[in-house]
Amino acid sequence: MSKPETKCWRNDAYAKVTGKAKFTDDLKFVNALHAAPAYSDFVHARILSIDTSAAEKVSGVIRVLTAKDVPGVNRFGQIIRDYRIFADDKIRYHGDVVAVIVAETREIAISAAQLVKVNAEPLPAVLDPEAAMLPDAPLVHENHGSNIVNTHVVRRGNVDNGFKQADFVIEEMFRTQTIEHAYMETEAAICVTRSTDGVIEVYGSMQHPFSTRRFVAACLGVALSEIEVIGTPMGGGFGGKDDTAAIVCARTALAAKLLGRPVKMVYRRDWSMRESYKRHPYRVAYKMGVTKAGRITAVQCRIVADGGAYCSVTPWVTWRSTVQCCGPYVVENVHCDTFGVYTNNVVAGAMRGFGSPQMNFVIEQVVEMAAVKVGISGIEFRRRNMVRQGSVTITGQKLDGHKVAMEQVLDAVLKEIDYEKKLGWCSHGKTSTTPQGLGVRQPSAAVEREPAFESGGGPPQSKTLSRELEQDELYGMGVAMSYRGVSLGAEGVDFCSAIINAQADGSIFLETGIHENGQGSESAMLLICAEELGVDLNRIRYRRSSTSSIPDSGTTVASRGTIMGGGAVTLAARELKKKIAEAFCEKLHCAADEVRFKDNFIWGKATRMECGDMSPLSSTRHVASFQSADMSTHSKISFAEAMRQMWAMQKFPFALGVFRAPRVSWDEHTGQGDAYFTWVYGCQAVELTVNKRTGKVRLLNAVAAHDVGRAVNPEMVRGQIYGGMAMSAGYALHEEVKAPGGKMTTLNLNTYRLPRSMDLPEMKVIIVENPDPVSPTGAKSIGEPANEILAPAIANAIFNATGVRHFSLPIKLGAMPEATACEEGCK
Amino acid sequence: MKLFVNNREIEVPASAMQKRIVEFLREDLDLTGTKNACDIGACGACTILVNDEPLRICVKLVKDFAGARILTIEGLAAPDGTLHPLQQAFLDCGAIQCGYCTPGMVLTAHAFLLKNPRPTRDQIRQAIFKNLCRCTGYQQIIDAIEKAAPHYQREERGLQAASASEKAETQKSSNDSELAGVEAG
Ligand code: FES
Ligand code: FES
Repeated sequence: MSKPETKCWRNDAYAKVTGKAKFTDDLKFVNALHAAPAYSDFVHARILSIDTSAAEKVSGVIRVLTAKDVPGVNRFGQIIRDYRIFADDKIRYHGDVVAVIVAETREIAISAAQLVKVNAEPLPAVLDPEAAMLPDAPLVHENHGSNIVNTHVVRRGNVDNGFKQADFVIEEMFRTQTIEHAYMETEAAICVTRSTDGVIEVYGSMQHPFSTRRFVAACLGVALSEIEVIGTPMGGGFGGKDDTAAIVCARTALAAKLLGRPVKMVYRRDWSMRESYKRHPYRVAYKMGVTKAGRITAVQCRIVADGGAYCSVTPWVTWRSTVQCCGPYVVENVHCDTFGVYTNNVVAGAMRGFGSPQMNFVIEQVVEMAAVKVGISGIEFRRRNMVRQGSVTITGQKLDGHKVAMEQVLDAVLKEIDYEKKLGWCSHGKTSTTPQGLGVRQPSAAVEREPAFESGGGPPQSKTLSRELEQDELYGMGVAMSYRGVSLGAEGVDFCSAIINAQADGSIFLETGIHENGQGSESAMLLICAEELGVDLNRIRYRRSSTSSIPDSGTTVASRGTIMGGGAVTLAARELKKKIAEAFCEKLHCAADEVRFKDNFIWGKATRMECGDMSPLSSTRHVASFQSADMSTHSKISFAEAMRQMWAMQKFPFALGVFRAPRVSWDEHTGQGDAYFTWVYGCQAVELTVNKRTGKVRLLNAVAAHDVGRAVNPEMVRGQIYGGMAMSAGYALHEEVKAPGGKMTTLNLNTYRLPRSMDLPEMKVIIVENPDPVSPTGAKSIGEPANEILAPAIANAIFNATGVRHFSLPIKLGAMPEATACEEGCK
Repeated sequence: MKLFVNNREIEVPASAMQKRIVEFLREDLDLTGTKNACDIGACGACTILVNDEPLRICVKLVKDFAGARILTIEGLAAPDGTLHPLQQAFLDCGAIQCGYCTPGMVLTAHAFLLKNPRPTRDQIRQAIFKNLCRCTGYQQIIDAIEKAAPHYQREERGLQAASASEKAETQKSSNDSELAGVEAG
């Protein structure tokens, strides 16, 4: 394969770095109208009437749309059809949209939106998920019969016996907060009716064009073929641009259809914050039994996830939490009950991690607490219990068929961060506040760091960084690890397609059902395709995807882009190569299966790739004269010439590849089965300081090791991991959607606190590659594993600094008590 | 009123004076590289350079910019499309994911390196503090800025040799502008 020249390669980077990339709001259509949503100020209420007359009278307002205007179905959902395109019978949360104003300008639409009046009878709001589960709680959806959206269980062994065998029991209650995806680009859509055939074209910021198409077609009451969703560069998704983004498209498409003009709706940040679905806040009651020998004997847990006003994908999110409720540890006796619950809070749905960040925050602290009881280190405790080759998971799945790399990634992180040494530096348990081996910096030294590091040239050595403590700072280091089922697992239908269409001059179109969310999936697909076909990257063009040209391949979530899309691309390329080989094998003097593809040529047996450049035909003269020569005397043919000849032979160099995920299984009653077809393994560690007086946490250094199967585009893999760690740091320390009384107050990026450059440490990434046999490319996934363990690592580090455990997120530290006594033995 | 946008002189119609400058650039001049992600000055996506100073413009009006020399992301690469070394470094280091923060980030870094071509990584971290990126964790962005620094060191040496009169000219035009009320970045 032709390796890209630069360190990192992306097909869309040039357009993005020059400002040429056209995101949805950058697209312009002549004569376009603008739309804006109208909300009510209710949290839970029965709608009596919606008065749009004042808004309609505003000059420049063309139309005000409400539920009455929906010709198709007003309720949609991927699992339960409860999500309203427009609120109809009730207001179920503060972000429910009652109307959409369509006007000549955006300003007019926004000002008219204030004039929509909702006459409604307020109902008691259910904001606490535990209260919502009580029998007499007000119902969010009366026809559902209860506020419990779904339940999942794991029943393995016998927990009562398990706890009897235990010498110690750890029991704790954990809480996590609501999290906003905070993609930099908000929801946006432009819809236009194509004059030639009446098809409605949808351009929008969404991560699932096919689900968007379903929402739009259902809302308009038309066939899927009458809607074409066209892939548009997207300014971030992180799982957050599915349901809400699709509904924004549906409302916009409705306006375009009814008014016969292009309509654009670009969400203001506060609308996006208020309305879009979030990461579920969890409450987890967790109980673990361990023996003196440091073995886990039993786990009992009860998970309550606040799903907010609509179902969205709560059953799937909570399913992953259930399957992974014991982390990467072998536990014989497990009793887990999980509840997804309706409340009148903001809707919760998919977000990067998908039910694992919450559980890992719990598990990775509980194992450290257990280790303290047993009197061994957290690492040793993990080693005694973690999954290894051939281990059986808590759902009865035997881990084989791929390399179980848990210990490999753990060891890689420990070595990089110099764990043994630094554990001794941790402040907790020390009588002196100055850890031995660490210099104390004077406050006057300000934020500048040591010259060794400032001279630049590569990432700083963690060893240097962590040597400096400012006065009043406590030092801590923490580790966390996880395993994660790849792709959707038993959550859903899991297959993906790719089309390779070679042209008569040897140029190639590639198209897949995977959506570019900003993560670089197109680039990864192109690299895979070029490698498999043995041609230069610049020969292949990624065809802008459209729902009208490729089969529905499901949503680009669950970190399934590379494994599923890449699998489909590989299979399509193999199919194409087979067609080409059959067409030319005779001329190349070999059997079809002996034909090879390399360096933009198709090779017969004598000059197959093992012979490399030593081929007798590799002189320039031969290559140059080759195009017109009689092929029977040659044993290679250029890719371009082969494509020309295939055209002449009336054979299409076209292939469709379909990759179906291997079989998975699940028994909903026992919570047993082969939940995922393969797994990935990751470990992260962090060093930090806590200021005793202010409680301020300063991250010094972070290290991650992830088994990604194979890194198709290594610099992009690193980018995914850095970004995931940053998000996880925000989860641990800063981010929180606040909504007292169900009304959100964190409505923009000034009050919703995202990690900034100064909040983050230098990060180091170790990519571990164990190509996975079930993946045609060997690659697995990275988007989500990267985002699920830094928060517990930070919590563990804070404990090792201060001796205080934190059971809720975000971790809030005040001033520390004078001495941090070590009661139960440390670390 | 006149504006100098990416070395082009723009005559601003009176009707546009009360417009927000971000809309004027995006709608009237079709320079859509400048993004608007928060509307309140919190994220840096709308950062452009005004007389070489990074400025978040989402809350500013066109009339505040009389005579100003504006650089948007579209004006950084060479006219033939060759990337500026800073842009190239962003590509090489994998500093671009979704790309929505990229224009503001690149321009902020450009202004910073013009002033400080020998930065430490910590100084780079501080320089981009006001620009949010949700995708990258900033690591590769910092790598890219660090990688591009030597180019600015060469530029700096070149500039020192440049004629003093030219400099005085530049100074004058920026003093003439009515930017008193516009604070940097
Ligand atoms: S758009 Fe966020 S600072 Fe201007
Ligand atoms: S690359 Fe997506 S926000 Fe920075």
